[in-house]
Amino acid sequence: MSTDLNTIVGKPWKKPPFIQRAWLRWLLVFGFAAYLVAAVLTIEVNWSRVYEGLERGKQFVLAFTSPDFTSRSGDIWEGMLESIIMTVAASVVGIGISIPIALGAARNVAPLPVYLICRGIIAISRALQEIIVAILLVAIFGFGPLAGFLTLSFATIGFLSKLLAEDIESMDRVQAEAIRASGARWGQWINYGVQPQVMPRLIGLSMYRIDINFRESAILGLVGAGGIGATLNTAFDRYEYDTAAAILLIIIVIVMALEYLSGIIRERVQ
Amino acid sequence: MPVQDVQGQKIWQRRAGRESLFHWVLWLIGIAVFAYCWQQISNATTWFFVWDAPNIAGDIWRRATPPKWEYITQLGKPIWDTLNIATLGTIIALLLAVPVAFLAARNTTPSALFVRPIALLIIVSTRSINSLIWALLLIAIIGPGVFAGVVAIAIRSIGFCAKLLYEAIEEIDHTQVEAITATGASRWQVMAYGIVPQILPAFAGIAVFRWDINIRESTVLGLVGAGGIGLQLSASLNVLAWPQVSLILLVILLAVVISEWVSAKVRGAII
Repeated sequence: MSTDLNTIVGKPWKKPPFIQRAWLRWLLVFGFAAYLVAAVLTIEVNWSRVYEGLERGKQFVLAFTSPDFTSRSGDIWEGMLESIIMTVAASVVGIGISIPIALGAARNVAPLPVYLICRGIIAISRALQEIIVAILLVAIFGFGPLAGFLTLSFATIGFLSKLLAEDIESMDRVQAEAIRASGARWGQWINYGVQPQVMPRLIGLSMYRIDINFRESAILGLVGAGGIGATLNTAFDRYEYDTAAAILLIIIVIVMALEYLSGIIRERVQ
Repeated sequence: MPVQDVQGQKIWQRRAGRESLFHWVLWLIGIAVFAYCWQQISNATTWFFVWDAPNIAGDIWRRATPPKWEYITQLGKPIWDTLNIATLGTIIALLLAVPVAFLAARNTTPSALFVRPIALLIIVSTRSINSLIWALLLIAIIGPGVFAGVVAIAIRSIGFCAKLLYEAIEEIDHTQVEAITATGASRWQVMAYGIVPQILPAFAGIAVFRWDINIRESTVLGLVGAGGIGLQLSASLNVLAWPQVSLILLVILLAVVISEWVSAKVRGAII
């Protein structure tokens, strides 16, 4: 910088560009602009239809000011209860299964063959979205909360095992070695050397996953896998916006409560 | 240290008496709740179908393999639509999320009493409702099609991006902002030269991360009619064309893997 000081003295300061090579910078800018134009041009928007819809949109927004909890309270209650039941059961089973898989997927705990198998399970579980898994499971197991429960458990495994395995891999070796030096068996080594180090993270991740599972359980009903989604879908189909607004408000409140709760719990364990 | 005396010998225990009782009760309640939940699920299940499941799964597998490869020619446009839904949705969401994030961050909000709660409400409400539900809602309002998908993805992403962004804004180094303020910069100049450069890496990371998630979500938006490859998926499912379904699932899987790879590469380059 200081060598060409003479050349820059007197000129106003300019921000250094993010990408140094000018041709690459302009290529990226123009390429992206061209893509945007192409993308916008290929989207067919029926503006008259949108304009007609604005009235219904207004009705829906207004419905939030007067949500109708009462006229379909039976359906809402049943759906909500089913969503919560699915969430709880799937979180318990999912977390229970993902702990051994996380141990298997940590390179400093498991031998290579086990590591590869567990990483494979995690990759499969993460690559498939919940809703697609739900469609297949509904086709196989029939309609009802069992398919939703299995879907959420399956999704929990991929999420929790991956993050937990990363935490186990980055743990402090010294503590684990001290336990091993005292003559602990493998089970005792995991229990007293590894588990105390990853427990806060495990609890935090579990709370976060319960939160996600509840949110996901709200849509599984769209494909017939049980929960509040079916009620919500029906409400939209029948243009009962006040009922739909009531359901959405309940979902938002429960999610907020869960987030608040998980914040408290995470603060306490850390 | 909790120690128990057994026949004159001291035995180490992990927890003291009351603490261990408390844990025991907690476990009991937890197991009871789980048992109740499982019973409810079990009551709502037709177990005959479940016992028959291996047969059905085998049957579906036989019908779905091999995938109908020549169907790929009809998937070009849906994939393009899916990509557009994710990209345009992310861009719109980012444009809207930036002001919301600045209003929600404690150190940049104009009024912590009135504006901040509203911004936080926007973040929570858009975040807690899934994009499929937003799509369902928007289809009822503005009609089915790609546009509804773009708007659904955009709305859903606002909360996510704004939350991560406002946390990044709250964590900025304050001395830099003070230095810019000391030069006599206006409020906007402080923002442009004191705050924005500090959060730009976080912003780019969030953008790519959300784009990756949006690719996943936009592949299934078509199930409710909001355009993209999900439309083909639901059409194929409805006519039980399993070879087409398996091909579409393969394409979706490939798209997800590619987008995750791209996002990992870009984030690696930025951070």
